[in-house]
Amino acid sequence: MSPHTTFHPKWYRPRVSVWWWLEKRPYRLFVLREISSVFVALVAFVTLLQVRAVKQGPDAYARFLEWLGTPAVLAVNALAFAFVLLHAVTWFNLAPKAMSLRLRGKKVPDAVVAASNYAGWIVASAIVAYFLLRD
Amino acid sequence: MPEAVTLVVTRYRPEQEHEPTTQRFEVPFRKEWVVLDALNYVKDQLDGSLSFRWSCRMGVCGSCGMMVNGEPKLTCGAFLGDFLPGPIRVEPLRFFPVIRDLIVDIGDFLRKLKRVKPWLVRSQEKPLAEGEYRQTPDQLDAYKPFSMCINCLLCYSACPIYGLEPSFVGPAAIALAQRYNLDNRDQGSRDRHEILSGKGGIWECTFVGQCSEVCPKHVDPARAIQQYKLTAAMHWLMPWAGGSR
Repeated sequence: MSPHTTFHPKWYRPRVSVWWWLEKRPYRLFVLREISSVFVALVAFVTLLQVRAVKQGPDAYARFLEWLGTPAVLAVNALAFAFVLLHAVTWFNLAPKAMSLRLRGKKVPDAVVAASNYAGWIVASAIVAYFLLRD
Repeated sequence: MPEAVTLVVTRYRPEQEHEPTTQRFEVPFRKEWVVLDALNYVKDQLDGSLSFRWSCRMGVCGSCGMMVNGEPKLTCGAFLGDFLPGPIRVEPLRFFPVIRDLIVDIGDFLRKLKRVKPWLVRSQEKPLAEGEYRQTPDQLDAYKPFSMCINCLLCYSACPIYGLEPSFVGPAAIALAQRYNLDNRDQGSRDRHEILSGKGGIWECTFVGQCSEVCPKHVDPARAIQQYKLTAAMHWLMPWAGGSR
């Protein structure tokens, strides 16, 4: 018998429904954020396929690009892009909670921690954009 | 402005019924009244058998926490005017066993709280003649937000993990552990490490974050838990590196 009921067998303790996450908007957003990691993994997997296609030569790479252009893959990638954005934004916003930075004894404000994450994101995106668009 | 508002209050009288039921009460609406005032009106004027906990009426004692329209609230701070036109649902705090009506058993939390040693642990006390343990404002600042907890347990009722996994130490107890871990006068962080990072500890937390949203004292338990995850990970990587702050 659990400690909850040792002395008071008449206590009422309902079980939590498996659908608890549908109850409130913050819970639904939390579940979407958790699911987003599947799409982040998917993007990483597609990138691995791309590396493999590059290794196999120009024909394989052309076939890979053709596959990427098919409507089903485009749809999945569009959905993945939306989830990856959600993933990045929600985690960047939560980062200050996990990181307690102190500079000369003073706490670094949450906004500065979050902003530095976004700044890193922008710099990384700019570097990628430079390589993609330089021709 | 309405003359009256309806409360739909959960009743559970274990000697009479196997499951909670609800009862409707019509109470006068006054703009300065909070849900707790309405419950006291019910108790004084309509049905003296209604049971609920309360004490200070000013958000300090932490005993009047209930679910108001599905959200964990201190009923002494939940104004009737914010829930118009009603009816206002008043239920016992979620995820705790209900003893009677709006009263829940908080023994589980109290046992967990004791296990995290929420007091200053010293390996050796300084002799009294040496005076008090002094702190700079920055040292106080390091733990002060976590020290504001009033044990009202709204955070437990907001935490689906606690509902699903009752062994979870939970938001307030972990925040209070961190309150002492981050205090430079404390030397007990190693004692707390096992309960905080073992089964039922911080790794149960998936960072839903609602504990911090509902906290009436802005303690931010989600922050305490995530920060301790980082501490525990560093401790695991570098067990030789001093305390587990």
